[in-house]
Amino acid sequence: MSLLHAVILLPFAFAVIVPLLHKYINKLHTGWFVLPVPVLLLTYFLQRISQVQDGRVIEESIPWIPSLNIHFTAYLDGLSLLFSLLITGIGSLVVLYSIYYMSKDKEAIHRFYVYLLIFMGAMLGVVLSDNLIVLYGFWELTSLSSFLLIAFWYQRERSRYGALKSMLITVFGGFAMLAGFILLYIMSGSFSVREIIAELGTVTEHSLFIPAMLLVLLGAFTKSAQFPFHIWLPDAMEAPTPVSAYLHSATMVKAGIYLVARLSPIFAGDATWFWLVSGFGLVTLMWGSYSAVKQTDLKAILAFSTISQLGLIMSLLGLGSAAVYFGYGEQSAIYTGAITAAIFHLINHATFKGALFMVAGIVDHETGTRDIRKLGGLMSLMPITFTLALIGTFSMAGLPPFNGFLSKEMFFTAVLKASQLDIFNVQSVGVLIPVVAWLASILTFVYSMIIVFKTFTGKYQPEKLEKKPHEAPLGMLLPPAVLASLVIVFGLFPNLLAYSIIEPAMVSILPSLADEFIVKISFWHGWSTELFMTIGVVGIGVLLYLTLQRWQKVYNVLPGKLSFNRLYDRALSTLENSSLRMTNSYMTGSIRHYMIYIFAFFIAVLGYLLFKLDVFNWRNAELAELSIYEVVLTAVLVAATLAVPFAQKRLTAIILVGAVGYMIVLFFVILSAPDLALTQMIVETVSVTLFLLCFYHLPKLRKEITSIPFKLTNAIISVGVGVIVTAIALAVTNNRLFDSISKYYLEESYNSAGGNNVVNVILVDFRGFDTLLEIMVLGIASLGIYSMIKLRHTDEPLDKRHGRTKTDKGGKA
Amino acid sequence: MNNGDVILQTSTKIILFIIITFSAYLFFAGHHNPGGGFIGGLMSASALVLLALAFDLKTVRKVIPVNYRVLTALGLLLAVLTGVGSFVFDVPFLSHTFGYFDLPLLGKTELATAVLFDLGVYLAVVGVTMTIILSIGEDT
Amino acid sequence: MEIMMSIATGVLFMVGTYLILSRSLLRIILGTSLITHGVHLLLLTMSRLKTGAAPLLGQEAAAYTDPLPQALILTSIVINFGVTSFFFVLAYRAYQELGTDNMEELRGGDDE
Repeated sequence: MSLLHAVILLPFAFAVIVPLLHKYINKLHTGWFVLPVPVLLLTYFLQRISQVQDGRVIEESIPWIPSLNIHFTAYLDGLSLLFSLLITGIGSLVVLYSIYYMSKDKEAIHRFYVYLLIFMGAMLGVVLSDNLIVLYGFWELTSLSSFLLIAFWYQRERSRYGALKSMLITVFGGFAMLAGFILLYIMSGSFSVREIIAELGTVTEHSLFIPAMLLVLLGAFTKSAQFPFHIWLPDAMEAPTPVSAYLHSATMVKAGIYLVARLSPIFAGDATWFWLVSGFGLVTLMWGSYSAVKQTDLKAILAFSTISQLGLIMSLLGLGSAAVYFGYGEQSAIYTGAITAAIFHLINHATFKGALFMVAGIVDHETGTRDIRKLGGLMSLMPITFTLALIGTFSMAGLPPFNGFLSKEMFFTAVLKASQLDIFNVQSVGVLIPVVAWLASILTFVYSMIIVFKTFTGKYQPEKLEKKPHEAPLGMLLPPAVLASLVIVFGLFPNLLAYSIIEPAMVSILPSLADEFIVKISFWHGWSTELFMTIGVVGIGVLLYLTLQRWQKVYNVLPGKLSFNRLYDRALSTLENSSLRMTNSYMTGSIRHYMIYIFAFFIAVLGYLLFKLDVFNWRNAELAELSIYEVVLTAVLVAATLAVPFAQKRLTAIILVGAVGYMIVLFFVILSAPDLALTQMIVETVSVTLFLLCFYHLPKLRKEITSIPFKLTNAIISVGVGVIVTAIALAVTNNRLFDSISKYYLEESYNSAGGNNVVNVILVDFRGFDTLLEIMVLGIASLGIYSMIKLRHTDEPLDKRHGRTKTDKGGKA
Repeated sequence: MNNGDVILQTSTKIILFIIITFSAYLFFAGHHNPGGGFIGGLMSASALVLLALAFDLKTVRKVIPVNYRVLTALGLLLAVLTGVGSFVFDVPFLSHTFGYFDLPLLGKTELATAVLFDLGVYLAVVGVTMTIILSIGEDT
Repeated sequence: MEIMMSIATGVLFMVGTYLILSRSLLRIILGTSLITHGVHLLLLTMSRLKTGAAPLLGQEAAAYTDPLPQALILTSIVINFGVTSFFFVLAYRAYQELGTDNMEELRGGDDE
C-alpha cells in the first residue's frame, strides 16, 4: 500500500463517509465536505509534475491474484499524470459548481456525491493502473457510476432510458476489451502494459494481433462515443449538468482516448490501426458536427459537439501512429506533431467544453429551459455568463487568441501531412482527409456560433421562460470562469504546457521515439496553408450561420437521424422478447418439469461417465457374506418401498414410508452402527407422529388422475435414476482407488480426544464445526416452522381458512 | 389432541421417567458408548411428545414451563461459546481437551470439554424438536 | 451382500424419484424421505459392509467398521428430520391457505 494506491482509494473511502456526513450535518451542503478530496488529490498530482518531467515515473505494486499474474500496480507516468490532473482538476471545479447547482433540500445529494466519488476513484484507477485486468475493473466501474449518475433523476423515463443505453453500449464494449486484453495476455504472457510493450516483437508477429486490436478498439470506441456507438452520449445528457460536464465531456468519454494512447506503443505502426483509429475518428468528427448544427437543445448541441471533438482527437492519434512506422527519422518528426496536437486538444477540449457545459447549466438553472428556440437576448441579463460562453465557443470554433485556435491549426497541419503519406495505401484517398477535416471545422464553427448567439443575443422572450432570469451566484460562475481563463492562458502561452505535461505524455505514447521530439507550440505560423484554411472556415462559417434558415432544410432531405438509434431500440426489444419467450419455454413454473431436467441431466452425465470409464469390469472384489436376515430385511424394505406409489390413502403412504425407515434401523443394527440405529429409530417415531399430527385434519389423498404419457415419463426417469444409482453403488464396491481415511479417526479417537465412541468423537470433536452448523440448520428450520404457523396474515377473509377459528396468539398482521 | 386414554395416561406417568432417565444416560454415555447429544436430545423430546399425546399440550406446558425457542438458542449459544472458549487458550476454534480427575463419590472420572459442546447439541435438539411439535400441535 | 444393498439403494432412489415427479405435495415429501434413506444405505455400502465390530473402542475388537460414514449419516439423519418437518409444515400450511396440495394448481403466474 503506497501513497499512489491511497490516492486511488481515497475517493472510495470518502464515498463511504459521505452519507453519514449528510445525515448528521445537514445544515451545510454536503458538497463542501466532498470538495477537499479532489483538491487534495489535485495538489498531489501538481507536485508530481516536475518529477515526471524528469522522467522519473512512480510505480507501486501490490500482489492481488499472483497465480493469474494480476497485480494491483499503480503507475504514474506522463500520460497518467495528464489524465489525473484532468480528473482531479475538473473534478474540483465540478464539485464546487454542483454545490450551487444541486439544491441540498430538494435533491438526494448524498447519493449524488457518493456516485461522483466512486466515479472519481474509478477513473483514477483506470489511468493509474498498469495491469490490464485491474484497468478493466475500474473501467467497468466508471460505466457503472456513469449509469447511476445518468439515472440520478430516475423518476424521469428519459433518464432511465439514457442510463440503460449508455450502460449497455459501454459495458458491451468493455467486455470486448476484456477479451482483447486476454488475447494480449495469451500472446505476451503478461497483463502488464509495460511488459507487453517489452514483448513487442512476439506480439506483433502473432496471428491474434489483429483480433486483439479490434476488440480493444471496440472498447475504446464505445467508451469514447465514436461513430456508430455515439448514440448513447446524447441520451446521457439527462444527467445533472455537473455530471455531463465532468463525465460526459471531460473525463469518462476520454477513457477511450486514454486507452488508445496507452496501447499505441503496442499497436501503432500497423496499417489496420492507422486506418481504423483515424478513419473512425474522422467519420465521428464529421457526423458529430453535422448533427450538432440541427439540435435545438443546448446540451444536445454540446453532446454532439463532444462526439465530434472526440473524433478529432481520435483521428489525430491515428494519424500520429504513422510516426511509429517510420521509426527514428525526419519523417516521423512530422507525424509526432499529430500526437502533440491530440494531447494539446485533449486539454483544450476539457477546458472549453467544461466551461460551456457549466454555462449551459447556468442558463438552464436560471431560465428553466435549454431550448435555443425559447432562449435569446440574455446578454444584458447575464453578462458574465455571456462572456464565458463567448470565450468557450470561440475557442471551440478555433478562433484566435484562444487555445482552440492553436490545436485546430495543428490539426490542419496533421491532416495536410497525412494526405501526402505514401504508406498504408493512403495515396488513393489521402486528399479526402483534409477536406473532411475542413468541412467538419466549418460546421463546428457554425454550431459554436449557434450556442452563443442564439442564447445570448436576438430577441428576449420572457413569456417562454419558466423563471425570470438573472445572473448566477458567484459560486456557480467561478468554476467556468477558471476554465475560461485557462482557455486564454493556454492560448497565449501554450508552452506552459509543452514541456511540463505534453512532452512527458508523448514519451508514454511514443516510447520508441522518446529522444526525438521537441514540443514547441508557436502562436504564429506565418501565412501557411493552415491559416488560410482557418480563414476559409471563418468566412464560410459566418455565411452559413447567417443563412441558417435557408439551408437547414438539408436536414430534411438527408437522413435527419441515421437509424442507429432505431436499430438499438429494435435490437433491445427483440432481445427482451425473445429471451422472455425462450425462458418461458422451459421455466414453466412446474416443479415437476424442473425435476425432470435435473434427473435427466443426472442420468445422462453419470450414465455416460460410468459407461466411458468402464467401471462394470468385475474385479472379484471381496464381498461380505449374505445371511438370511438380510435377505428378509431387504425383501421387506423393497416391498414396502414399491408399495408407496400405490397407496391410496395418505395414512397408508405415511406408514409405509415409516416401515421403510424401521427397516433401515434394522440394517443399521446388523451393520454395526448402534448410534445410527438409535437415532434413526427415534427420528422415525417422532417424524411419524409429526406427519400424523399434520395430516390428521386434512381431507383424504385424492386419487391422482394422470395420463399415460405423464406416468410413462415418470417411470422412465425414475427407473433411469434407480439404475444409475445401483450402478454407482456397484462401481464403488468394485473399484477402490485409495484407502479409507478412517484409520486416523480410529487410532486418534482415544489418544487425542479421550473417547471410545468414535462416531460421537468425530461429531463433537474432529468435525465439531459441522455439528455446530448442523444444529444451526435445525434451529433455523424450527424457527421457520414456528413462523409459518404462528405468523400469518390475519386480514384475510375467514372463508379461505375453511371456517377454522384462528389460533393466532403471537402472530402479527 | 387429548384422547383421554386412561391406560395410556397411567403408563405414560411411569414410562416418562424411564425414558428421561435413559436419555440422560445416553447423553453421558455418548463419549464411550452409543449415545450422545443428538440421541439423548431426541430421546428426551420423544418423552415429552409421549406426554403430549397421552395428556395434552397444556399439561406439557404446565409440567415443563420452558420456552423451547429460548432453549434452542441456549443450546446454540453454549455450543458456540465452547468453540469461542478455545481462543482463550490460543488454540483453533472448537478445540477440545479432556482430563482425568478424582472426584468424591465418583472416583476417577474423565471430564471433557466436548461434553459441554454436546450439551449444547442436546439442548438445541430438544428445543428444536419441541418447537416443531408444539407449533404444529397447537395449530391443529 | 453389497450387490443386494446396491439394488435396494437403487429401488429406494427409483421410487423416491417417481414420487418426486408426481403432483401431490405429500408424495413429493415422502419421495425425498425415501431418497434420504437410499443415500444412507449408499454411504454405508460404499464404506464396505461388515468389516468389524461397531466403532466403540471399549470392545477391544480386532477390527472396527468405518466410523466416518456413520458420522456423516448421523448428521444427515438429523438434518433430514429438520428439513422434512419443514417440508411437511409447508405443505400443511399451503393446503390450509390454498386448499390444494396439487403442484400443478400451486404453479405461480407468468410474472414471477
